[in-house]
Amino acid sequence: MKKAMIGGGILIAGALGYALWGGLEENLVYFVTPTELLEKGDGAVGNPIRVGGVVDGGSVRVEGTQIHFILTDEKPSRIPVFTNTTPPQMFQEGIGVVVEGALQKDHRFYAERLMVKHGNEYRPPPEGKMPQQIYKQLISPSPSPRRGEVPAEGQRGEGKD
Amino acid sequence: MRLKIITVILVLFFAFAQYWGLKIAPPDRMMGDIYRILFVHVPSAWNAMLLFTASFVFSLLYLISKKQKWDFWNEGVTEVGLVLTGLALALGSLWGRPTWGIWWTWDPRLTATAVLFILYAGVLLFRRFLEDPITRAKIGSILSLFVYINVPIVYLSVKWWRSLHQVQSSPQTMAPEMILPLRLNALAILGIALFFVYWRVQLARHRAAREEAESKPPGGSL
Repeated sequence: MKKAMIGGGILIAGALGYALWGGLEENLVYFVTPTELLEKGDGAVGNPIRVGGVVDGGSVRVEGTQIHFILTDEKPSRIPVFTNTTPPQMFQEGIGVVVEGALQKDHRFYAERLMVKHGNEYRPPPEGKMPQQIYKQLISPSPSPRRGEVPAEGQRGEGKD
Repeated sequence: MRLKIITVILVLFFAFAQYWGLKIAPPDRMMGDIYRILFVHVPSAWNAMLLFTASFVFSLLYLISKKQKWDFWNEGVTEVGLVLTGLALALGSLWGRPTWGIWWTWDPRLTATAVLFILYAGVLLFRRFLEDPITRAKIGSILSLFVYINVPIVYLSVKWWRSLHQVQSSPQTMAPEMILPLRLNALAILGIALFFVYWRVQLARHRAAREEAESKPPGGSL
């Protein structure tokens, strides 16, 4: 009993120590940046991966049920992304997103999943605007809102990470 | 009587803080009203980490002094901390669906928090298997010390690793009229948590006294 306890204790301490100071740092990357993905070149094609970046301004295009946009980061790396999923309500140009999918042979990224990465900024809406109004504009910019539609231009978000 | 007054004050203060968060605080310009979940989600997470830190301290105190009362306190803060961790996970999930677009993902912060929940649930479960109060206190305290290492991992996970979860907000990234209700709610939930811990300790005391009485043969000493 006592031996088992000590053995278990050493095991737990070892595992946690590994998590703290060991190699987990390398493996625990939730997403790669567009630059890192492009560095892999053709090796990245077809392998499922998550890529995180910012939706480039003016790049969102809706074709039927498909959404196209450019994913970018601080460096000038740009990845064309297309997806058939319904984006979260906050999806818009200029916002941080994480896409889950794989790079296609034509070097466009197909996203099976599209997640919005919200920053740690919390601000009230600008003065003089009714909160409800702004909220409605943000989630349904068109007069007849339909699911899957993307905010029009001029609705550039200021949410940065 | 005094306890009744404290109960009323705690509940009223919590209602007041919640009212402030839900009604007086402005909506967020990006998330609208959804962000108000953070007035419970964040205080739950903060207080859970605070209570687990208290558990670490009580474990040390027990192991140094061998006084049973520190184990009662350790058990109390661990149980309430576990409830708050569960609350933070559940509310975070509810917030994640409309903002991120997903209920759950295995990102570093979320995974570490899930592990935290399982570890402390495991400690409480393990304690139940130990009949002898002294063995329970000893092994329980040692386990509590070990699993505490995950608390700083949870806190720092968003800084160490790229995660979907945002990093901690600060007064620079949050409007003052939102920080105030956040702090009020943190205080209110802390008050209620401590109230539950206090009652949990009383319960442990009574239980221990009863167990002791039952273990003695009737008619006093032999």
